[in-house]
Amino acid sequence: MNSGDTAWVLMSSALVLLMTMPGLAFFYGGLVRRKNVLSILMQCFMILCVISLQWVLFGYSLAFGPDFHGIIGNLSWAGLNGVGAQPNPDYAATIPHSVFMTFQMMFAVITPALIIGAYAERVKFSAFLIFTILWATFVYDPLAHWVWGAGGWLKSLGALDYAGGIVVHVSSGISALVLAVVLGKRVGYNHKPIRPHNLPFTVLGAALLWFGWFGFNAGSALAADGIAANAFVTTNTATAAAGLAWALIEWWHNGSPTVLGVATGAVAGLVAITPACGFVNPMNAMFIGIMVSLVCYIAVAVIKGKVGYDDSLDTFGVHGVGGTVGTIATGIFAEKAVNATGNNGLLFGNMHQLLVQCIMWVVAVVFAVVMTYILYKIVDAVIGMRVEEKNEIVGLDLTQQSEAAYTVIE
Amino acid sequence: MKLIIAIIQPHKLDAVKAALEDVNVNLMTVTSVLGQGRQKGMTEIYRGAKEAGGLLTKVRLDIAVNEDFVEPAIKAITKGAHTGSVGDGKIFVVDLVECVRISSAERGSKAVG
Repeated sequence: MNSGDTAWVLMSSALVLLMTMPGLAFFYGGLVRRKNVLSILMQCFMILCVISLQWVLFGYSLAFGPDFHGIIGNLSWAGLNGVGAQPNPDYAATIPHSVFMTFQMMFAVITPALIIGAYAERVKFSAFLIFTILWATFVYDPLAHWVWGAGGWLKSLGALDYAGGIVVHVSSGISALVLAVVLGKRVGYNHKPIRPHNLPFTVLGAALLWFGWFGFNAGSALAADGIAANAFVTTNTATAAAGLAWALIEWWHNGSPTVLGVATGAVAGLVAITPACGFVNPMNAMFIGIMVSLVCYIAVAVIKGKVGYDDSLDTFGVHGVGGTVGTIATGIFAEKAVNATGNNGLLFGNMHQLLVQCIMWVVAVVFAVVMTYILYKIVDAVIGMRVEEKNEIVGLDLTQQSEAAYTVIE
Repeated sequence: MKLIIAIIQPHKLDAVKAALEDVNVNLMTVTSVLGQGRQKGMTEIYRGAKEAGGLLTKVRLDIAVNEDFVEPAIKAITKGAHTGSVGDGKIFVVDLVECVRISSAERGSKAVG
């Protein structure tokens, strides 16, 4: 056991919690209309509560518990049975098993929270709650087992996903697209502009995401060592490049660099470097950051409008597309000189790694699409996913939470 | 009695208020409003989606005055708010049927002053 490693991973767990609440909550909260800001904060807060409990009760055991044919963990660690101070060398030999479990808990929390962006401003709170628990159990937990669990079949295949490009971002981003399509557009979308109600909140949230992401990525080393340091440097470099690139692209394309653009680009950079951060060098991280802003900008500003789905806050456009860029980039730029436990990518003579990355991506996409569609159908049939039109017009804060965020008159 | 409604540029409020006080018009209600006129709105861009012609913030003053003060007040507002470009705003003058001072129950011209 190593006290330095333990301290860093404990700290990183808290940093990843900060990403969901208040980071993501305010990033998304600022982007919706003032009548819906509390619904976003409430959804993020409730996900933190319910998924923390789901993880302790059975989620952790499903994702990381003793392997069942590479498909899922068994339930022998349910209720954290046997998950205590003793390290588990399959995952992290130098920190208590309970610390590894807590770190992973925060990933399980933020992933369904990312999906909120796609269905923002139009779902029932009750339906959201049930869908979230089902999605965490039937999509996140199995996928985390395949990619990260000891014995997971994609892990055995040699797939590389350092901190969750597939498990967190592609899974949530693709599921977000499915929900945006099946739920339909918000009332009034396309007819009148839907403006962000508080961009300073969004910028504050993006900055907290960047800060917390050091725990997400550098913490995924599960040790306070050189690999963690490399992940820290590549994370910051890719994010800086992506934020700058987005601003320059829209300056050229639309005539103004916007603060929402810099914030969005930075988040896209964080997403893209996530699977790669522990395997690539800083110069390639810079290139990944530039590329992801270009691709995500096209997805959000050009393709979304042409295809016409209402991914309210661009969960698919940033996390689905950005996670895809990062997953492919890992297969190109990964090098053993950076991380001996990883592998070489295409650029370092290993075509096979790129192929494995693509297989993992296809598997994750198909799985997320099919499962999200089935879960949506179930929840929609039982209680109805979308709020009534009149409630959507009044706003979710008043109709779902019976509260108002702001007073106009004392 | 007249009610003067003036829509002006927000950054001109201090100058208009000072000019009104110079001609002894001290009572007014000020609100922050949105509007558009010949100036049109500015284009806003959110993640590449352009929205032309958003409404602009303006300041609205509601001023009740007796007849003798109508012209001085109009001159004061014009002096304070004028820059000569589109977007300076407008002044509307309408007849005021009644005015009641709540604290004393005075009515009419006495209540206005």
